[in-house]
Amino acid sequence: MSDNIIQVRGLKKHYFGGEVKALDGVNTDIRRGEVVVIIGPSGSGKSTLLRSLNLLELPTDGQILFNDVDITDKKVNINIHRQKMGMVFQHFNLFVNMNILKNMTIAPTQLLKKNKKEAEEKARALLKRVGLEDRADAYPSQLSGGQKQRVAIVRALCMEPEVMLFDEPTSALDPEMVGEVLEVMKSLAKEGMTMVVVTHEMGFAKEVADRVIFMDEGKILEEGTPEDIFDNPKSERLQNFLAKVL
Amino acid sequence: MEALKLWFIETFTDLKDTFILCFIDDDRWKWLVEGFGKSIIITLGAIAIGLVCGIALAAIRSSYDKNEESLKLRGGFGYRALKFCNGIAKLYITVIRGIPVVVQLMIWYFVILVAQDNDTLIAVVAFGFNSAAYVAEIFRGGIMSIDNGQFEAGRSLGFNYIQTMIHIVIPQTVKATLPTLLNEVIALLKETSVAGYVAITDLTKAGDLIRGRTFEAFMPLAAVAIIYLFTVVVLTKVFSIIERRLRRNER
Repeated sequence: MSDNIIQVRGLKKHYFGGEVKALDGVNTDIRRGEVVVIIGPSGSGKSTLLRSLNLLELPTDGQILFNDVDITDKKVNINIHRQKMGMVFQHFNLFVNMNILKNMTIAPTQLLKKNKKEAEEKARALLKRVGLEDRADAYPSQLSGGQKQRVAIVRALCMEPEVMLFDEPTSALDPEMVGEVLEVMKSLAKEGMTMVVVTHEMGFAKEVADRVIFMDEGKILEEGTPEDIFDNPKSERLQNFLAKVL
Repeated sequence: MEALKLWFIETFTDLKDTFILCFIDDDRWKWLVEGFGKSIIITLGAIAIGLVCGIALAAIRSSYDKNEESLKLRGGFGYRALKFCNGIAKLYITVIRGIPVVVQLMIWYFVILVAQDNDTLIAVVAFGFNSAAYVAEIFRGGIMSIDNGQFEAGRSLGFNYIQTMIHIVIPQTVKATLPTLLNEVIALLKETSVAGYVAITDLTKAGDLIRGRTFEAFMPLAAVAIIYLFTVVVLTKVFSIIERRLRRNER
């Protein structure tokens, strides 16, 4: 098995027969245990790239290799691979008709065939870790945004994924709730979880990222360590972008 | 004062006589009971067909709507098969919704099932396949109204399309569509009143027979109207109990 958990090869995503190029030939590898943060202006294709990694967006062209398997191959059963790729959304997307415990146990019991007790024990342990052990029986509508996002993270963790994908996890949160979610993400990173994060939180990128990718117009314009990107930006566009967001 | 009293007694005696003539003589109340029974049987049978076929149609239509882009990209047999089924479903819904139900009933009775002796069965089939088109659109609307994020969250955990539908989307859809579904049931119950067109003695027809026999119009029509009204009130109550029970765990 290669050192790279995900390999992206010549990834393209075109709309309207090529008129709009959301992704225009993206190549990158993500190593096991690496924390990669993707930044860029809106419409640069960073969310599209992230959502392509588990095929929520189907690429027009190119390959994505997950554990050396080309998941863009039509013959590959994507559902098996998605079980190992946790995803956290901007709008949480907790199942509104289920309580928190059920949100977290439905996938492990249905897909991994874990028994209910075992799944609930694991769910409660994870809830405790993010300080929400007393909310197991609550429904999503009773939780604050920050609490919902913490639940969304541990819901994904219940499937014991090999990589976690974060799609602007703090963008829909009130400012005072951003910190609690970032804390959870930082502790995950510290444990060695492979993470790909699309975010506008430059502080998080500087502190946690092993590598930062700057995207613009569907392409990777620059990538490197946080020091490379934030302290020595080479391209004018990255300099402009950083001048605006920092 | 005395005149008013007399008028009261006269009117009351008249009403009593008419009542006896309409419902008691010849046990005519039994006609209404039997007619009501037939109306209920037709309605229940039609709902059963409507639900089963409607869900199937809605599944095809919404699967196509939801997966059109990804299937097109992947191409192959699956896409063409679903596109074909979607076309058929659309055509079916258009045809059914474009023809008055009484005309459909006559087509079933006089043309398609002309060899079938069981009139009630014909009515069940006619109203059932009619209702399916409406139920299909109710469910499709319900499925499409569920936030796509719910669907994506299910897929991202590794559920396949059908599992996502069964475990996550459909339970939410049922709750969302219940009031509209009740509307369809009420409409259906009342639509069955045209069954008399093809000589089925449903509730309306029973009332009509009493009118023909007794030459009294008000009493049997009032009885028929009250029975329909009462049934709809009961249905509404039952549905609101179900709805409350489904929503209880969601505050």
